[in-house]
Amino acid sequence: MTPGFVLRRIGFYVLICAITLFFAVPMLWIASAPFDSSPGLGVHWPDWTLENFRKTLEHPYAMHSMVNSLLICVTTAVAVTLFAALASYALSRVRIPGRDALLYGLLLLSSVVTGTAAMVPIFVMMFQLGLIDSRFGVALVMTGGLLPAAIFILKDFVDAVPKSYEESARVFGASTGQILRDVVLPVARPGLATIMVWAFVNSWGNFLVPFLLLRSIDKQPGAVLMQTLTDEGGSVNLQVLPVFSLLFSIPVVVLYLLVNSRYGFRFHGGIKS
Amino acid sequence: MAGIDIEGLATVYPNGVRAVDGLDLHVADGEFFALLGPSGCGKTTLLRTIAGLEPATEGTVRIDAADVTRTEPGKRGVAMVFQDYALFPHMNVSENITYPLKVRRVAMATRTATAERTAGELSLQGLLERKPAQLSGGQQQRVALARAIASQGKVLLLDEPLSNLDARLRLEARTFLKKLQRDLGITTVFVTHDQAEALALADRIAVMESGKLRQLGSPREVFARPANTFVANFIGSTPMNLLPGTVAAATGEVGAVSVAGGSLPATTVSVPADAEVTVGIRPEYLTVASGDVTGPALRGVVVVAENLGTQSLVTVDCDGTLVGVTVPEETEPSPGTAVVLTAPASRVLLYDRDSGELLARQPTPVAS
Repeated sequence: MTPGFVLRRIGFYVLICAITLFFAVPMLWIASAPFDSSPGLGVHWPDWTLENFRKTLEHPYAMHSMVNSLLICVTTAVAVTLFAALASYALSRVRIPGRDALLYGLLLLSSVVTGTAAMVPIFVMMFQLGLIDSRFGVALVMTGGLLPAAIFILKDFVDAVPKSYEESARVFGASTGQILRDVVLPVARPGLATIMVWAFVNSWGNFLVPFLLLRSIDKQPGAVLMQTLTDEGGSVNLQVLPVFSLLFSIPVVVLYLLVNSRYGFRFHGGIKS
Repeated sequence: MAGIDIEGLATVYPNGVRAVDGLDLHVADGEFFALLGPSGCGKTTLLRTIAGLEPATEGTVRIDAADVTRTEPGKRGVAMVFQDYALFPHMNVSENITYPLKVRRVAMATRTATAERTAGELSLQGLLERKPAQLSGGQQQRVALARAIASQGKVLLLDEPLSNLDARLRLEARTFLKKLQRDLGITTVFVTHDQAEALALADRIAVMESGKLRQLGSPREVFARPANTFVANFIGSTPMNLLPGTVAAATGEVGAVSVAGGSLPATTVSVPADAEVTVGIRPEYLTVASGDVTGPALRGVVVVAENLGTQSLVTVDCDGTLVGVTVPEETEPSPGTAVVLTAPASRVLLYDRDSGELLARQPTPVAS
């Protein structure tokens, strides 16, 4: 226990505390501000009230934007899971020349497809398809952006499911439909659930795509509406915003807890359990 | 119950590998038949081709006299147990056993009854509600067997049925499997790379190498008279001695062959004297002679003795050639001892030096 050692330990813990504080303050704000009668930008012990919740519920667009968010994200999550399942199953079970190159190419390009780089082409494309200002169009673009990574993750998972399950069912006379329903789907369910939650969470927080493609305020999801939550004067509406942020975070947390309790977040690729 | 007839069967993979290469085989009704060979010899592919999981490129497969070469696996009347058992992890034992019946939309009551009866036959009572992950290796194997039996196939196919069990359990399961097959009388084909397993279980064994049949016969025939040096090498827990030799004399009923600086008796074969041959003799059939030996014998010095339990494998250096011989326990000579080895003529096998095929005996051999 030299003085140098003690000093180093103290320095280390001070650093840890500073980092923890940095991440804890926003959390504390979102936990306290919604219940405070005069919410500000700082963290302090709230003067308890539920008035902010009433204001938020009465806000003309706030709750409606949550419905829009749910609509867009559920559509995206279901579409991503469905198409990724079909594609990854096929890619895992059928030998295609250049399959791995195709997968890596897709993964590489996917970050470009929905990223800022493709902003203009996507807008033009959706404009020509007549899907501007359509929630379906937003879901479609986000599905396209998430699919490559979803296929990549899910293929690894399907690869780890032994082929002999399906062959065994085949020998006993099961049809392709029966094999899918009785064997493949139940065995792959944890993987599918993981992908569905991942797609939902990713689209839930997506700001750029709906911001680009949606015009009418009554179609905007929560992620976009949040930046327009201002009062008559044009400054940030500090009564609605904290409550809205809190409500906005709930679906994601609930989904994580739900899936974690049912399956645990297991990725079956890599190391076989 | 039904036999299997295979004619000119070939299975070629897309990359051009002929995994099964022009095979003719007949498995009789109720027979317990082993496909034996080293890994990559095509035995599993042959089994999968019989099941219909691999398409046959040439030839025909008949089950119960019906041509099933182009029939879907589920319509062939075969039941199969996979090497990894392939028990559905989300179904309990009962659901696993009756899945073949569920596929055929058999009524629930019949299914439950079948599950209970089959589980009883395979001593799985009390485990019906468990998931496969909650079972031991031996229990999992019995569930896989129960499921195959419940599917009421005409033919049972087993892919390496014992390879996933630990050594002690394997012997238990072997006895169990043989008794079960006897009781059910179902035509069974199983694949193994373990020669001891094949010898112990099968009524007949087909030894395969690179997609071709190398020998077909009862365990006794395959063990005592391997048809070629490949089979001779592969069968037997202690490897057969395969030594270069020369036919010394071919007169009368008993000839002799010079080998490893000495000689061994041999029944006369259809090759002239002085022909170069490979002499095959199992370590179990060689004996360490006590006292003087006048007839043909090998003389050498003990190099090392390995304990095998009830017997020991002794390696003897005979004029620079190493020869293995087994001796009963507690009679092993210590290293450095000079010994004389003899063998009965009927146990000494002569193989063609080039082709490796067994040379036919001239007079019909006396059954040993």
